[in-house]
Amino acid sequence: MPLGLSTYLAFKEIWRNRLRFFLVSIFIALIAILVLFTAALAEGLGSGNRQFIEKLDADLVVYQDRANLQIPSSRMDQSTIRSLRRVDGVRAVGPLAFSNAFIIQNGKRPLQVAIIGIVSGQVGEPPILQGRKIQRNNADEAIIDANVARQGGLKVGDTMTLRSVQGTDEKFYDLKIVGLTDGRSYGLAPSVILPSETWDKVRPKGASETGAAEVEYNVAAVQLDNPARQADMAKALASQVANITAVDRVTAYSNTPGYEAQQSTLNTQQFFAFLIGALVIGGFFQIQLMQRIAQIGMLKAIGTGNGAIGVSFLMQIIMITALGVLIGGSGVLLVAQFLPPVVPIVFAPKTLLTAVGALMIIGPLGGLVAVRSALKVEPLTALRLA
Amino acid sequence: MTVAVDVREVSKVFGTGTSAVRAVNHISLTVNEGEFVGLAGPSGSGKTTLLAMLAALLKPTEGEIWIEGHDLGRMSEGQRTRFRKDNIGFTFQANNLVPFLNVQENVELMLRLTNQYNKGNRSRAIEILQRLGLGDRLTAMPSQLSGGQQQRVAIARALIHRPSVVLADEPTAALDTERAFQVVETFADLIHEEGRAGIMVTHDLRMMRFVDRVIHMQDGEIDRILTERDDIDALAYADAMVLVGTSATPKVETVAA
Repeated sequence: MPLGLSTYLAFKEIWRNRLRFFLVSIFIALIAILVLFTAALAEGLGSGNRQFIEKLDADLVVYQDRANLQIPSSRMDQSTIRSLRRVDGVRAVGPLAFSNAFIIQNGKRPLQVAIIGIVSGQVGEPPILQGRKIQRNNADEAIIDANVARQGGLKVGDTMTLRSVQGTDEKFYDLKIVGLTDGRSYGLAPSVILPSETWDKVRPKGASETGAAEVEYNVAAVQLDNPARQADMAKALASQVANITAVDRVTAYSNTPGYEAQQSTLNTQQFFAFLIGALVIGGFFQIQLMQRIAQIGMLKAIGTGNGAIGVSFLMQIIMITALGVLIGGSGVLLVAQFLPPVVPIVFAPKTLLTAVGALMIIGPLGGLVAVRSALKVEPLTALRLA
Repeated sequence: MTVAVDVREVSKVFGTGTSAVRAVNHISLTVNEGEFVGLAGPSGSGKTTLLAMLAALLKPTEGEIWIEGHDLGRMSEGQRTRFRKDNIGFTFQANNLVPFLNVQENVELMLRLTNQYNKGNRSRAIEILQRLGLGDRLTAMPSQLSGGQQQRVAIARALIHRPSVVLADEPTAALDTERAFQVVETFADLIHEEGRAGIMVTHDLRMMRFVDRVIHMQDGEIDRILTERDDIDALAYADAMVLVGTSATPKVETVAA
């Protein structure tokens, strides 16, 4: 019966003071919006930075030793890639090259994209969702990721124009889109995957770089015979091939420029939003408790147990937190429908559930002080003896 | 007559050493079922402390309190809370009602608390409220009631679950004279009809005309017990005259000037 009584008291109080409780729920909803948007933004920015490397079909990413795990600073020539292939335990190696360019479309703002050079049939070539693979390394063909398709309104079969600066001149290259892959952003830009020689032709370069004999890649993606031996193989590669560092994919994308700083900034924002949420809920219920000390004393004096009073308080906190999170969550999902596709928010179910779970925990946590105070109210208060 | 409340040599001391205060000092009394007792005395005489011990809210420092054959001193905190819920009815000076429950729900709260919430008892709650003149105020919220109406709701709540003992702490403190008389008279009638043991603490001796026995306390001890109807009425009348005399004095002075 205590649970029934607690539920009854909790519901009745909320219903009879619904405007007051609704306003608190609105506060919680605003905090939920802030938390969920921050979480979605962190996920969006994070995946915008890491998607390509995170989804690589490789166990290790190999950098030039002195590049400090920075892809733009790393250079990987063909002989190094051949050396990597010869190491025992390496199943396959694919070179990868990264740069930027713009997709030019009539009547639209240029869309900045990451252009990623791969060798057809080797590690690093993305899965094709629609269309076909690239067939030759010098073909004027491209695979676009889902982000380019969404933001640029492009599809398989279209011809797109890429613009890059070479020397001091702007160059334009028409490439046929032959395949579509899933979202594979890199460096917060949607990606266009090109065959390596086409990539080398299209990429921005200085006047002195033009006419180089062979494509200079940035990193190598390595598949292992036994993926479980990642750490050992990273050491083996570093000892057997000169001037390289091998790391797993998580280490690789964590070291992309600005990734850690960005994620820690957003995580800090989220932490403070949670803290504010806990303080708002805690503050509201503490003030509410102070106004109700005489009433709680009376309830205890007539025989209401601490359990019923504490559970009633907790139920109210959970109910208005849940309502606030529901309103805030619905608001976020509604607003997200109207945001332009360039806003980097991603509602990953796991991230959202974690944020919602955390919000549902901070409510009761914030209210615990008030619950504790309620339990300490003396029934003698009713007789003005406490 | 069955004894409902048996207080045996009870004392209550607050604090220790030189700062100790003996609020109640070796008091013994009994209250029978169907008897309405008035507990009177000046401020600090120990009457509210005694009421708190009778309500199982405070443990005596010495002595024993037995209610319906149960020794309150032997009970744990949880047992005392449960005992209070099942065996004691309470009205207070103020803050009697749960502000977010209407009149009927406030009375039924005791039924929910004691697992007696059923159709029959809900009808009884309405009957008692009708008897108390609140039949047309069942859905009113406490904030929409006068002080006298709130006290009457509290009386209904104190009796609805058929407790052995009904305790009232200064039930008329916030009421005007006419309403105070109405409230205490109704309270006394219901206690007699329902066969409960009723104890009312009040400093207003005029209300004693409705009780069966007056226990007067002074400095933590019982200094007088009035059991005869004439003596009780005389005490109530004398107190009423003191009040009338006090209010009349300035008029006399004005005339003399």
